[in-house]
Amino acid sequence: MDLQTVWFILIAVLFAGFFLLEGYDYGVGILLPFLGKKDAERRVIINAIGPFWDGNEVWLLTAGGAMFAAFPHWYATLFSGFYLALFLILIALILRGVAFEFRSKDDNPRWRALWDWSLFFGSAVPALLWGVAVANIVRGVAIDADMNFVGSFFDLLNPYALLGGVLTLTLFTLHGALFLELKIGGELRTRAQGVVKMLWLPVTVLALAFVGYSALETDMFANLTVLKVVGLVGAVAGLLFTGAMIFTKRYGRAFLGTAITLISTVILLFWTLFPRVMPSTLDEAFDLTIYNASSSDYTLSVMTVIAFTVVPIVLIYQAWTYRVFRKRLTVESELEY
Amino acid sequence: MDALTLARLQFGITTVYHFFFVPLSIGLSIIVAVMQTFYVRTGQERYKSMAKFWGKLLLINFAMGVVTGIVQEFQFGMNWSEYSRFVGDIFGAPLAVEALVAFFIESTFLGVWIFGWEKLSKGTHLAAIWLVALAANVSAFWILVANSFMQHPVGYQIAESGRAEMTDFIAVITNPNVLLQFPHVALGGLTTGAFFVVGISAYHLLRNRHRSLPMFQTSLRIGLIFGLVAVSGTMIFGHLQGQRMADTQPMKLASAEGLWESEDPASLSLFQIGNEQDRESVVNIRIPSLLSFLTYNTPDGLVHGINQIQAEYEQQYGPGNYVPPAIWLTYWSFRAMVGAGAAMALLAVVGLFFSYTNRMSQFKWFLRLLIAAILLPYLANSTGWLLTEVGRQPWIVQGLMTIDQAVSPNVTPAMLWITLIGFTLIYGALMVADIYLLQKFARDIGHEDPQSEMSSAAQGKNQAPLKSTY
Ligand code: HDD
Ligand code: HEM
Ligand code: HEM
Repeated sequence: MDLQTVWFILIAVLFAGFFLLEGYDYGVGILLPFLGKKDAERRVIINAIGPFWDGNEVWLLTAGGAMFAAFPHWYATLFSGFYLALFLILIALILRGVAFEFRSKDDNPRWRALWDWSLFFGSAVPALLWGVAVANIVRGVAIDADMNFVGSFFDLLNPYALLGGVLTLTLFTLHGALFLELKIGGELRTRAQGVVKMLWLPVTVLALAFVGYSALETDMFANLTVLKVVGLVGAVAGLLFTGAMIFTKRYGRAFLGTAITLISTVILLFWTLFPRVMPSTLDEAFDLTIYNASSSDYTLSVMTVIAFTVVPIVLIYQAWTYRVFRKRLTVESELEY
Repeated sequence: MDALTLARLQFGITTVYHFFFVPLSIGLSIIVAVMQTFYVRTGQERYKSMAKFWGKLLLINFAMGVVTGIVQEFQFGMNWSEYSRFVGDIFGAPLAVEALVAFFIESTFLGVWIFGWEKLSKGTHLAAIWLVALAANVSAFWILVANSFMQHPVGYQIAESGRAEMTDFIAVITNPNVLLQFPHVALGGLTTGAFFVVGISAYHLLRNRHRSLPMFQTSLRIGLIFGLVAVSGTMIFGHLQGQRMADTQPMKLASAEGLWESEDPASLSLFQIGNEQDRESVVNIRIPSLLSFLTYNTPDGLVHGINQIQAEYEQQYGPGNYVPPAIWLTYWSFRAMVGAGAAMALLAVVGLFFSYTNRMSQFKWFLRLLIAAILLPYLANSTGWLLTEVGRQPWIVQGLMTIDQAVSPNVTPAMLWITLIGFTLIYGALMVADIYLLQKFARDIGHEDPQSEMSSAAQGKNQAPLKSTY
């Protein structure tokens, strides 16, 4: 396997990690104003992801850094091209990040409401727009001979991409509701179960619609490779499994189901792209591929050594934090203090 | 305004803003870790209250550093896509490593520290804050490796494609530029943390109505000690950087000094009004030979002037303007930074004297001065970067690529206006919220009076303000 492929896989892994982890905390942020009726309840909901959200976000930052290091043209084309969309995401992430820290630092109900809604929008906007962005990448956008995106912001809002966005938005919300079901207790937990039951069917329908639409808009089904089939089967089976587990009230396994769906979706989309990283709709010759967008072999080998040493360590200590904070939170447990 | 100007404006504003929070995170995290170490070692509640009090301020600041940093991570692709294509091979690597080896640790263990007071053993919990502090400094190192490549490119070759390609990773991370820049910046951060602690402690000593007075007396002394050590170190490394600059970026040195014509021996300018159009100075008060001495450690030695370097560069790189766009800015930035450094050194020495002779509380004016001195490190940090970055212009990578070649070709002025206004507004609003919270928590020592905490801690009560961090 050449180094370019190794890095393509690594970036896929980073995106899978990002979807899997930040996916649930976007979902929790989206549910916050609706599930948490009283201030104490909202605090419990936020505390459920409090120790984790920043570590989750670093998966995205690492994916960005890895794209820059391994495929500089991909980084340059994507972020200069999706300029305004990325701007909106950044504004959302800024609001969201400070909201976690600022919210409980003042008692004024309007101050709290301000940051609660920042958390909502700061989670919902990126949950939607990452889906839009990824769907556009897979579908292809107008890229010219100099590797520059020459379309406009509104070209990105095509129906296929919007469907992708709505799918990630709802899927992350379902994933987040299941996470909450596992992390919190009492009345709130019952409410989270309600959301899970309500969301499962629409998400599954949207997912199937997206797969169907992909058949028309992308070459997802042209030359089906093993990995694509694995991704496709995993994505659908994960959701069906979630449904079955919800029905039998085994929520831990249901969460496993959405996790499988998220990871499989990344596999499916990345291997629909492969070996391209950003197809051009203007001319196939302008496609960015892992070869014409990549760094030198020297840089790739240095980075490979570093990544293979560090990533396992990161996984170990992040897993450790989930052990430390494994206790279920309830309104009562918070009020002891 | 054209896209290039707007892109520079936007990048400059967001980056300076990011660096408004960064130095305090770098420095204060170390100081909090040291305080908590005292607590774990001695078991005295006073140190625990200290770690918690300063820790809360650290967290408010840290959040701002994190969210503004996210913007930075993507800005190179957004505004400087041609630059990213050109140097990605070398420049992307330290950014990726920074995320892998620093941001992951920082973010994960900060969460552990915030939520782990009651859940972890004292030792493990202490390790968490130390990991955060170390990772913040490690992250500074890696980003400065990237920045140093722009100041002084090493370990690369220009490939057939016209892109810069890395040939020697070790050379890139041991760039002589970063070996001075990193200690200067890290110690500058520690200076910032120290004077922050000093200023706020001084405020509480002035108010003088808390039983927590001993806590702030100790904090003040810790801050002064850190401040003196850190600012001295910053100045030493800064001096060495100036000497290196004569060698690698003579144009930056000349513009820091407003030195239009070469001189030997060169004099140091104290106050100057220049005419940038005609490239000459109008009023100039100077000390003979001092610049030569600072640069070469001998009373004479040639220091090149802007006009001569311009002529040289035209021969070397072809016709063009190689003079930084705002000499007044580099000149006064340099003086502001050095002046602030000198002032802090003086304050720290006098402060330590008062503190060890137990006369601090007699000198109310001095305590007030220490409060105002919180601004000094901010001034020095911002002007330091202005000098470093504006003095490098028109190069984005010294000698290899100019700024006009670097800008994204497909980003229009309209788009830039939207993001420029958007970022500025939201950053402005957040600054207000941040300062509101900082001053609220800096003043309010609330339920955390150390005496009362000792008894209430036993009952497991009164932890509310800390538990509800989120
Ligand atoms: C000398 C230090 C320094 C400098 C010059 C910069 N940063 Fe920074 N940055 C830090 C030192 C730092 C830090 C101390 O590590 C921060 C501040 C507070 C924090 O949480 O981490 C941080 C946060 C931070 C984050 C958020 C990390 C997280 O989520 O935990 C990102 C993505 C960046 N930075 C990226 C950048 C980029 C791309 C820069 C180049 C323009 C940059 N920073 C300049
Ligand atoms: C955080 C501290 C920093 C501050 C305050 C800062 C400040 C600035 C300022 C004011 C400019 C504008 C100069 C001009 O246009 O005349 C600039 C330019 C630039 N800086 Fe920095 N900088 C910092 C760190 C960095 C780092 C660490 C990097 C790279 C890793 C970097 C990369 C750049 C680039 C690419 C430009 C070109 C854009 C431009 O000239 O406007 N900067 N910086
Ligand atoms: C006598 C005192 C000082 C001297 C002689 C000095 C010298 C310098 C020089 C020459 C540079 C430019 C380096 C380059 O572009 O290659 C610089 C940059 C800088 N200085 Fe200072 N400095 C002093 C004090 C301080 C203090 C007290 C602080 C902060 C508390 C500070 C913060 C910075 C920062 C953040 C930069 C930009 C990053 C860098 O390029 O290192 N400096 N300083």
